[in-house]
Amino acid sequence: MHALIQGVIFGVLTAGVYALMASGQTLIFGIMKVINLAQGAMVILGAYLAYQLFTSFGIDPFLAIPITTVLMFGLGVAIQLVFLRPLRAQDKSELSLLITFAVALLIEGVLSVTWRTTDRSINTSYANASWTILGYQITTVRLWAFLLSLAVLGLLFLLLNRTRFGRAVRAVVQNPESARLLGVEAQRVSAVGFGIGAATAAAAGSVYGLVYPFNPGSHYDLISRLLSIVVLGGMGSVGGAVIAAVIVSTSSAIVASTVSPAWSEMTFFVILILVLLVRPQGLFGTVGRGAI
Amino acid sequence: MSSVDASVERASGALRGAAAIAGPLRGAVFFGALIVTPMFGLQHWVLNMLVFVLMFAVMSSAWNLVGGFAGYPSLGHAAFFGIGAYTIGLIFRNHALTNGYEPFLWLPVIGLVGALIGWPIAAISMRTRADVFAIVTITFLFVVQTLAFNLRGITGGSQGFAMPIAPFPAATFELPFYYVLLALLAFTAGLTFAIIRSKLGLSLASVRADEDKARGIGVPTTGVKVLAFSISVGLTAMVGGVWAYYESFVYPQFAVDPLITIAIVLMTFLGGRATLWGPIVGAFILEGGQQYLAYELGGSQFYLIAYALVFLLIMLFLPRGILPTIAERRRQRVRRSTGGATPPPSLLPASPMRPAALDGDGRTSGINMRSAQAKS
Repeated sequence: MHALIQGVIFGVLTAGVYALMASGQTLIFGIMKVINLAQGAMVILGAYLAYQLFTSFGIDPFLAIPITTVLMFGLGVAIQLVFLRPLRAQDKSELSLLITFAVALLIEGVLSVTWRTTDRSINTSYANASWTILGYQITTVRLWAFLLSLAVLGLLFLLLNRTRFGRAVRAVVQNPESARLLGVEAQRVSAVGFGIGAATAAAAGSVYGLVYPFNPGSHYDLISRLLSIVVLGGMGSVGGAVIAAVIVSTSSAIVASTVSPAWSEMTFFVILILVLLVRPQGLFGTVGRGAI
Repeated sequence: MSSVDASVERASGALRGAAAIAGPLRGAVFFGALIVTPMFGLQHWVLNMLVFVLMFAVMSSAWNLVGGFAGYPSLGHAAFFGIGAYTIGLIFRNHALTNGYEPFLWLPVIGLVGALIGWPIAAISMRTRADVFAIVTITFLFVVQTLAFNLRGITGGSQGFAMPIAPFPAATFELPFYYVLLALLAFTAGLTFAIIRSKLGLSLASVRADEDKARGIGVPTTGVKVLAFSISVGLTAMVGGVWAYYESFVYPQFAVDPLITIAIVLMTFLGGRATLWGPIVGAFILEGGQQYLAYELGGSQFYLIAYALVFLLIMLFLPRGILPTIAERRRQRVRRSTGGATPPPSLLPASPMRPAALDGDGRTSGINMRSAQAKS
């Protein structure tokens, strides 16, 4: 029982980070119908940037987030403009998958040339601190990571629901043709949307780097989890992604604490298969074009 | 916009081309040349290169059955390569070889194992459309990778395990593998050729063009998709088996490697999807080039970067592949020389001015609009 509750606490705290990563990915899908297989690699890139800023300049990974998000926003816009925009509509869904996979490999290659393939971790002074409440352990880093993820998700929510840009995004998600007819510049929205997706990956990367050790190949683990979350939540639904992140991450943490950490990976796939059997469009997905 | 009409036209074009003598003749020349190639006393590294080229030629041809003809881009094929490798490894792990050719006789069993595992995977993942399908298959790949590392009792974990070394004379060590893979390639190409000409090929083309309409007119879409996937992954598993025996060692880093998936897909795209020769052309160019570079330069960290860049350039500049691009150029030249009619609209580049719901043949129908929405 103790292990179970500890697992739940652990899972919910971890869910914040996954929700952050997955929200960027599902946003990109919602706007462009592009499944970004490079999202995991961008998270790891964000983690390496935070690592470098910390080791070279002593910048705390939480404080590095404004720097890395701006850098990665630019990278995201560039990926959209250079690689995804030229695709023709009829092969877009297939080719964009392969292109983002290639981008992931490119990032992995650059990371392994620059930082070698050994595991890195960001060792802040508070990395190993924790509180014990009623016999349950809560790691400081994870709590802060959770709170930060909530804050960034809140900002994303405000951006999508309270700003002119957010209205344009929602218009493009619902019906790109009508949005274009009404004067929304879909290409610009797409570029900025991909940038925002990359920026959330950067923020998540800082947090991820604080909590877990990482190497250039870590993105394979991440992307499989992210994809399960995004499919479970319903492709393109940011709210769905957050809830799915909580479900998936909690059940995986429970499996890790009660069965074995080696099998927690499998939880993601089992959940994914169950979802596809029962509700192929995910929890909050729609059959046609979605809404955020 | 790919409409049923355009793809039926393409399929019937393929039929006409296949009926002509050119197709079989081309095949006979190609395989004849490959049969005599090793007789020129090639060096070991060249034969080794050809063995790998043939492995990838079989795998990309097999991938093409489901990724090309049916339009379902599986990103999980490397998992079946690994399944084949581990299966043959487990059979021969504690088993003295009586005859060097024995593992080859087991290949049909390996193919069957791969196809049987692929069947339920396909039945579940084919419930989704192209993009989510890719997600499900890639997730399956990662799961098999995790299993390969974690099921230490069976797979030996990250250390892997050894298999008996093939008892062939060192001077001609590669030859048995070369000819077995060549036979497998001939089988795969022959199968593809037969499928293109059969009702199955036509059904797959209709699934690729517009699955809802295809089901509407009575094509058993689920059945043909699952069948194509099972055949495809069965062939992939057989290559995995040959690979494990060739290396006489099974280790998870290479047996279940996402790079294998991406190489297969890239080769098929480079040569041309949904064509008989495209995947083979792509495999000879890419794997040949890669093995040659590896031999000349040695392995280096820059390999991944170079690979990704080649991939991106191909996607940007040759999205339809070499063979379809050549075929289109030739058609245009013929049309220009005969001063003939304007090309059908399906060949015109899509311009932003054309509404998305307008189909290739200029019709706008409610069905088209609905199916366009459902697919997106």
